[in-house]
Amino acid sequence: MQDLLRRYGTLLTAVFVILTAFWLLALVVLPNFTMLESSFRPYLPVTEIGGPKDVYSFGNYLKFFANSTDTSFLGMTFQMPIHMKIFFLTVWYSAIVTLVTFLITYPLAYYLAKVVNPRTLPSLLLLILIPLWVSEALRAFAWYIILTLNGPLNAVLVGIGILDKPVRWQQGVVTPYDAIMIGLVYTYLFFMLFPIYNAIQSLDTNQIEAAEDLGSPWWRTHLRVILPHAKPGIASGCVMVFMLSAGSLLVPVQLGSPRSLWFTQTIQQWMLEAQDWNTGAAYSLLFLLLCIVFVFAVMRIFKVNLSDIAK
Amino acid sequence: MHKRRDILFHLYMVLFLLYLLLPLVIMGGAAFNDNKLPSVYPWKGWTDRWFIDLWNDERMWIAFRNTILVALAVAALAVPIGTAAAILINSISGKVRASLYGLMVAPILAPGAVIGISTLLFWNKFGKAVGSDFILFNPGLHLSVLGQVSYIAAFVMLLVLARLQSFDEGLEEAALDLGATHAQTMRRILLPHLYPAIFAGAAIAFFQSIENFNVTLFTRGTSDTLTVYVFSKVRSGITPTINALAVILILVTLVGTLTYEIVQRRRRAREAALEKASD
Amino acid sequence: MSAAIELDNVCCDFGSFRAVDHVNVTIKAGEFFSFLGPSGCGKTTILRMISGFTEPSEGVIRIGGKDMKGQRPNQRPTALIFQNLALFPLMPVWENISFGLEVRGVDKATRRAKADELLRLVDLPGAGDKMIAQLSGGQKQRVAIARALAVEPQVMLLDEPLSALDLKLRQHMRAELRAIQKRTGVTFIYITHDQGEALAMSDRVGVMSQGRLQQVADPRDIYNNPVNGFVASFVGENNILTGTVGQRSDGFATFQTKLGTFRARLGEKAGTGAVKLYVRPEHMRLSEAPAAENSVPVTVGDVSFEGNFIAVMTATDDGTQLVAELRNDGAATVPAPGTRLHMSFDAARASILPDETTAEG
Repeated sequence: MQDLLRRYGTLLTAVFVILTAFWLLALVVLPNFTMLESSFRPYLPVTEIGGPKDVYSFGNYLKFFANSTDTSFLGMTFQMPIHMKIFFLTVWYSAIVTLVTFLITYPLAYYLAKVVNPRTLPSLLLLILIPLWVSEALRAFAWYIILTLNGPLNAVLVGIGILDKPVRWQQGVVTPYDAIMIGLVYTYLFFMLFPIYNAIQSLDTNQIEAAEDLGSPWWRTHLRVILPHAKPGIASGCVMVFMLSAGSLLVPVQLGSPRSLWFTQTIQQWMLEAQDWNTGAAYSLLFLLLCIVFVFAVMRIFKVNLSDIAK
Repeated sequence: MHKRRDILFHLYMVLFLLYLLLPLVIMGGAAFNDNKLPSVYPWKGWTDRWFIDLWNDERMWIAFRNTILVALAVAALAVPIGTAAAILINSISGKVRASLYGLMVAPILAPGAVIGISTLLFWNKFGKAVGSDFILFNPGLHLSVLGQVSYIAAFVMLLVLARLQSFDEGLEEAALDLGATHAQTMRRILLPHLYPAIFAGAAIAFFQSIENFNVTLFTRGTSDTLTVYVFSKVRSGITPTINALAVILILVTLVGTLTYEIVQRRRRAREAALEKASD
Repeated sequence: MSAAIELDNVCCDFGSFRAVDHVNVTIKAGEFFSFLGPSGCGKTTILRMISGFTEPSEGVIRIGGKDMKGQRPNQRPTALIFQNLALFPLMPVWENISFGLEVRGVDKATRRAKADELLRLVDLPGAGDKMIAQLSGGQKQRVAIARALAVEPQVMLLDEPLSALDLKLRQHMRAELRAIQKRTGVTFIYITHDQGEALAMSDRVGVMSQGRLQQVADPRDIYNNPVNGFVASFVGENNILTGTVGQRSDGFATFQTKLGTFRARLGEKAGTGAVKLYVRPEHMRLSEAPAAENSVPVTVGDVSFEGNFIAVMTATDDGTQLVAELRNDGAATVPAPGTRLHMSFDAARASILPDETTAEG
């Protein structure tokens, strides 16, 4: 603060502080605090708000644990509340999406950073970026067209004899969430590709050559030299893709079926269809908690800090 | 030396580009198919009616106007906030800095739905608390703007902070020593150094806002933006007008990026020529 | 174990640019050999071809008599020390050193023992558990050498590894490198643009310019008997006079210039092309009376005292600048600016050499 006053004077310092305070208080802290407060309030008709029934309770959170259904996961069958089930499925499939995007993009990031001729790189990046500039809603929509029952994918697969008859992709083939995962991978791939690309690019090529010169086979060079260096980028990519996937609403709505609900869809149902904002707040809070846990888990596993992830 | 490896890599790159671009081609192709459902298969003949339908769709035009207005408002708010926050955090250190930094970048990592809902609830309750029915407190695009600013300002902050790291504080001191006021120092020394980051921040704010769906969906009330328009169209009976919109967006993107690339290449060529001339 | 390296008519093209042009040289087993030249002369490309990161466009490279064509860097008996050392920052020192053994499947205890042994060899005992970032410049240098030695290479390739160090440390590391080379007996191929480094450390030096090898000789010969103007000027300072060759006899020739006629040794490669007369400043003498041979009247200009020698800048009557360096034996008299003196040199200490570079061979 002393430093700030000395460098910018009282007036400018006041402006900086007011702007920052407005942002952090009015746009970040207080809204989240309000959400926390609301999540403990019951859903009441307008006339009863503030009345004797308007008392704090865990009622909204209990809805998360209501309505048990049969659930089977990895061959085991057990009872689980429906919303909790959706919550865990969202986490599970988002994790798979994250893993798949990593597997697809890592070789590509390495190729772009270290293999490709630097003269063709700008044109390649230009081509790769086109889908990113086309809005997220349309990226998911493109897959909606491809995956529809009478769509081109079925036509091609039936045409070359891989399938006997068209498949309902949106109902799922292997899992009910197939189409959603396909859409999520395509939509959020870039958020994995670019952090890893940046990380590998910052690696001195001499390091790779030195490892090779010492007799290291390619896989060991990746394991011992390139992957450790790219770790912050990978962590950043994983956090971004997981968050965006789990938090996506567009893709599940467009590519899912009633059998494949996403947790954001349940939040949306409470908020916009049931108009029960307080339960919506409780569910949002659970979701936010998940995100915080995930970010901390990644920071622990990858031994990186927040500034490595937020880039 | 790495011939076989390189061939595999090139092949992978080509497959990847196909994977990226083919869906867009299919989506674009469906815009010209004379079929009530958006698809390239079966092909029922060439048509331009979806573009005409789109042109005549008043709701689309309103959504388009809203999108631009929201994006401009977001940029106008996020840039000063992000810049101020970056300058502030750059001149403090220690625990306070670490926790402030954490608080600032957290909205980037928070899910859009959560941001939207918390913004909606806060302003709504605030309105009820002060007993006002003023428009600010009801759902609407202005809340979308505030919600979006809460995380987009963080992008601006990160960009400006990175730029600040390469700033030599001695310059400010020199200006103050020469008798400049704090405001003059800011305007003549610091801001010019930050301009590249500020412009980049403004561009990112603008495009992030156009992209936004989650925050907008929960805060918009009944107004549309383009993403919400596309979303509701997809849910309630799709027509290939969406594809026509996609074609236009893809073309705008292509023209935009190509122009940018050509300008960049020209500039680089000119700089290279200048360098040669001065050798 | 050490191996000889033969470069047989080696060329390397990058597009239309020929980085290395018909280089022929045989480096003996156990030799300390330096490639010396300005940046862009192709010396680094030669190193990359020997190590296997670049393939020659033409010609053959043999290590220990074996053609290296198609051999990957990890299949060659060479170890490269990079200009920036390329130490792995995320591994501790001992893992860096034993990385080459790790990839060969050596167990951990043996690797650790080997790393400690090498650390003692390079005079860094006990540094095994430090991280790279904790080391000083000279210590990093030593770790890089240890890492390269760990794979027991027959040939060590060093790409200007001392260029990042300050002067004092650089001089110390020269002696150190030389000692390590003698101790291990490995063939060292050293790349540098610093003539002092090359002359001080090497058994033999190859001077390069524009992709061509200009001269290969031991350091004394390179300095005392350069084959052409490029070598003479790149290695040390010179007074250069232009003129034409007159009578030749017995390895000597007369040389006509605007300042008069001089006599000097005729370089082997001074054929019919353009030639110049080269005399080192330390071979110039100043006297009050004209000398019997190769003498020219001059006016003393700036005099700069450099410590171990005194540089006297002079001008002849037609304005040609000539420099003499007088050894400071503690009693040397320093001529005052403006003094009229005579400058002279021994015919045996002056060379008539081809103008700048020529194709080798």
